[in-house]
Order: sequence, then structure tokens, then C-alpha cells
Amino acid sequence: MAARDDAQVTGETLEILEDLYEDAPCGYLSTRGDGMIIRVNRTMLALTGYRRQDLVGRTRIHDLLAVGDRILYETHFAPLLALQAGVKEIAVDLRCADGSRVPVLLNAVMKEQTRTRPEEIWIGVVAASDRRGYERELLQARQRAEESQRRAVELARTLQESFIPPALPRVPGMDVAGMYRPAGRGDEVGGDFYDMHEVVDGWAIALGDVCGKGVQAAVVTSLARYAVRAAPLRDSRPSAVLANLNEVLLKERTDRFLTAVYAQVQRDARDRFRLTLSLGGHSPAVHLSKEGLISMIGHPGTVLGILESVELHDVTVDLAPGDVVVFSTDGVVEGRGRTGFFGEERMGRALSAARDADAAGIAGRLMDEVVAFQSGMPSDDIAIVVLKIPE
Amino acid sequence: MDIVARNNVKVSGRRGGRPMIFSHGFGCDQSMWRYVAPAFEDEYETVLFDYVGAGRSELSAYSAERYTSLDGYAQDVLDVCEELDLTGAVFVGHSVSAMIGVLAAIREPRRLSTLILVAPSPRYIDDGDYVGGFSGADIEELVDSLDSNYLGWSSQMAPVVMGNPDRPELGEELTNSFCRTDPEIAKQFARTTFLSDNRDDLGKVAVPALILQCSHDALAPPQVGHYVHRAIPGSELTLMRATGHCPNLSAPEETIAAIKAFL
Repeated sequence: MAARDDAQVTGETLEILEDLYEDAPCGYLSTRGDGMIIRVNRTMLALTGYRRQDLVGRTRIHDLLAVGDRILYETHFAPLLALQAGVKEIAVDLRCADGSRVPVLLNAVMKEQTRTRPEEIWIGVVAASDRRGYERELLQARQRAEESQRRAVELARTLQESFIPPALPRVPGMDVAGMYRPAGRGDEVGGDFYDMHEVVDGWAIALGDVCGKGVQAAVVTSLARYAVRAAPLRDSRPSAVLANLNEVLLKERTDRFLTAVYAQVQRDARDRFRLTLSLGGHSPAVHLSKEGLISMIGHPGTVLGILESVELHDVTVDLAPGDVVVFSTDGVVEGRGRTGFFGEERMGRALSAARDADAAGIAGRLMDEVVAFQSGMPSDDIAIVVLKIPE
Repeated sequence: MDIVARNNVKVSGRRGGRPMIFSHGFGCDQSMWRYVAPAFEDEYETVLFDYVGAGRSELSAYSAERYTSLDGYAQDVLDVCEELDLTGAVFVGHSVSAMIGVLAAIREPRRLSTLILVAPSPRYIDDGDYVGGFSGADIEELVDSLDSNYLGWSSQMAPVVMGNPDRPELGEELTNSFCRTDPEIAKQFARTTFLSDNRDDLGKVAVPALILQCSHDALAPPQVGHYVHRAIPGSELTLMRATGHCPNLSAPEETIAAIKAFL
């Protein structure tokens, strides 16, 4: 009696197990190592519309996959199955009996050969139409976002490049160099600019820093650069050029202000250079003499773009052979490292150490030190222009 | 640039033995060779590496420009040869790496003096009478498949792939930790691989070559293996019982035996 009970239980258990397999809430496929289907449950057949005899012993898992997924299976999942005995959440489309496609997620395990059966791959199949549709939307959104980001970075870079000349003009008897480095990763338009151009009786240099970043700042930066170039000729003193810039900014009703230094260099009949500059809220230029003495050039003046009436002063110095003049934005002195600001002292030391180099060498050395001081990620834009009178 | 770190180069086997370079295809990394390479360590100095952009290579060295053609990948092989000063090496290339080896051996036959081409295809897309097995639309579908499957990876795996292991809790999730890759690089590698056409290069191979052709290979059907065999002067073709595209994983013994018989 007892034995028969056991047999009944076993029979019932088998029936339950069979129902569990056949009508499980996910499709089941078993394949040989080469992908040939050897077992399939009813859920899987209902999902794909095939008859059991279409699949078992006649179809390989590859044949159920769309072409792209088939390549992916061969290049990614088959190797993974061999290397780690299981893969999870593989997203593929299955080709149904009527030619339609059903998006599914697959989990698969590799079952090694045993005494009673050869190597098999067991695959669980979950229909995932809704989820895959949602994922596709996410993917498209991400692709759009990446594309916008890429365009924004490109725009920022192009715009920024328009704020500095590709190369400074060649000035007879004087060595000049300019350098610019955007803040951080450089994916936002900064407000620094510089320019150098020929004027009636010499050369003019403008260097400035518009408050803020982004599109609004870029508009002002662009305006400032052109306003300086187009300054009226009737009064060409640097302070007059900056006063004109102040008027232009106020007229434009922009809520951005800027600081700038504007300088002119004239060469007299005996080949000596004379520098005249004016500061609009900007830090003075640094003068480095042949003997290594450091001094500042300029008298403090009003920030531009805020007040109707500004106080601006012209300061003139004669330059001797071997002299170096450095214009920079506050990204240099106010460059913030772990130990505080870069500061004027470090700037002085960097310039003294580089003073025998040419203008480009001096600008490069100063830039390198400021950037290194901030571990390669400057907190602000940095613009530097260097003039050197060769000996 | 440190090539050994850049390409995650691993050298083992007999010091001073003939060099044998194992090179992985699209979709995986040097772990593809884990069941095959050790069988050659007694006699050969084995060299395994990951192409830039795959496995544990330095992703920062990846350049979309360089790796837009298989020549860029061939340069990786030659860089590794130069760094280790390898000459007279056996080059074993699987899948697309077979063609990469062909390109490298044409450029420097002194360094790569024998080619073992496992499941090669010089062109995957049909062209007139030539049967590669795929259409251009199929390849775009593959790129879509990559997108669907990397959706979860891109956010979760990227930090790990990029070498920021400061989120160890991700370790649990990384079931597919072999053959991991950056999704964007994988897509470009897919395009470079499946859109390339190296049929004209086969005739320029001037070193001994063995072609291993599997049965039932969805990526490189038998007629492609025969095509490669006819096109490479003096090459040998071995038809394998192994099915699928990766005999190095599914039938390592047969793969090892075929290579040893040829060498």
C-alpha cells in the first residue's frame, strides 16, 4: 500500500512539475551546445506561434533571432555563455511563425554535460514589448541629449575662438604672444577676450573679461571686441577708447559688466617703444625689466558697463630693450588651487624664471604654472598677452 | 605611451620560444583564448592583448579616427610587436582579427611570419556574386541590437569600464563582466568590422596561412572560408566539426589540434 501511495504522489508531483514547466509565466527553451532546440514549453509556443514540431530538433536558437541579434548572439552571448556559464537580461527580437517580431528578454544558463544528458543551454524568455518600447524612448532621448550636448560644446568652442585672434600680428621690432585657456573642461563659453591690431600711429592691444559665462556673456564679449576695434578716431587715447566702450555697453542695455585693459604701443624715430594704457576696472599690466625688477603699469579705473560716468586714466611708460610687459585676466592671479590663490607673488616668480624666453615661452610658462597650480582644471578662464622688446 | 598597459598585453609561455600572438575579435577580449593559449605555452612564448577600446585596454587611448578602419587595429598589433620586439611570430586571429592579422602581415611579414585565421571573413556584406552572408541593412540592425543591449550597461558599466572602481556595489550587477566594453566604441567597432572589405588584400599575403572554417557559422559561412583559401596563395583550409563562430570557446581541443597540425 505504502509503495503505491508513493507512486501516486510521484505521479501527481510529475504532473505538477510538467504543468509548472509547460505553463510557466515565461517561455522556456532548451538547446544543445550548438543552439539546436531540444525542448520548448507551451508558453514559448503561444508567444511565438510555432508548433512544437517546428522547433524541436529542427530549429536553432539563431534561426529565431533577427539578423542583428544573431550577430550579437554569436559575438557576445555565445562567448559569454562559454566563459561564465550564464547571461542575463539579453534584449533581442524573436521572429514569430507569422513573420512578426516580439521583443523579449533572455536569461540563459549553460548546463554542463552529466552522466544522463549532454551539455545543454537553458533559456528563459520573457516578453518585454512595453518595457522595450519604453527603453527605446529612453535611448532616443539619450541620443538627442548627447547630440545637443555635442553641438553646445562645438558652438561654445567656435564662439570662443572668435574672441581671440587665430594669430597675433607681426609687429616690427617687438615680440608678441597671446594665449587662452578656458575654465574647467572648456565646454562653456567664457567671457575672456583679447585682440591686437594696427592703429594709425602704432599698435593697439585690448584684453578683457566679461562678468559671467554662457550665451549672455558671449554676446557682450563679442560686442566689446568689435567696439574696441571700431573706436572713433577723433580721440584715440586709450582712456577715450574705453569710455567709448562703456557708452556702447550702456546703450545696449546689457546687464553684464566687464573689466578691460587697452594699450597702445608707438615706436619713435629712434626705434624706442612707448606704451600708453588705461585700465577699466582691470588689474594693472606687469612690467618686468631687463634687470629683473617687477613693477605694475596702470592707474585703477572704473569697471565698464555699469555707470554713465567713468573715471579712466592714461599712463605712459617707455620700454627699453629686454623689457617684458604682461597683460592677463584675473584667471591668473585669482586661480584657485588647494592652497589658496595663485597670487601675484607666484606670478612674479614664474615670470622671473621665464624672462629669458621669447614672448610665447613666457606666456606658456605662466599658463602652465597657473593650470598646474589648479591641478589641470582651472576655475576661471585665463587669457595672457605678452610683449617683449628684444635686446 | 606604454603599449603594454595600453593594450593590456600579457606574455607567458616559454621564454625565448617562438612568439605566438592571440588576437580577439569583435564583441569580446583576450579571454576568448583562455582554453586555447595555455596549450601552446610549453613551446611558444604566448602574447595576449586587448585592442584599444576592448577588455581592459586603456580607453583613453581610443580615437574614433584611428579605429575607423582595420588599419588602425593592425597598427595595434604592430605596436605590440615593436614594443616586445617580436619577429617571426605566429599570429592567431579570430573573426575580424583574422583580417587585422592579414593587414599587419602584409605590412611587416618579418614580424608576423605565419597566420592562423579562425573563422575569417574578408567582407560580410554580399556583393554581386560574392556571398558574405549579410546586407547593409542587417548591419544597421546589429547596431540597433547593440543599442538595446547596452542601454543598461552604459550608465552602470561606464564608470567601471572607465576605470573608476569607486562603486564596488556595482560588482554584483556585472554578470556580463567578461568581454565588457564601452557602448560607443562597440558600435564603432561593429561598423568598422562589418563594413570593411579586405578581399583585395588577401592576394598580398606572402606568409604561410591556415584557415579554420567551422560548420554552421552564422557569421562566416563555409563559402567565405573557401573564398579566403582560394585568394591567399598557398594557404591551407581546415574544415572543423565545431559549430558556431567561436571554436576557440566551443571546441578548444579541435582548435588546438588543427593549429598544432599546421605548425
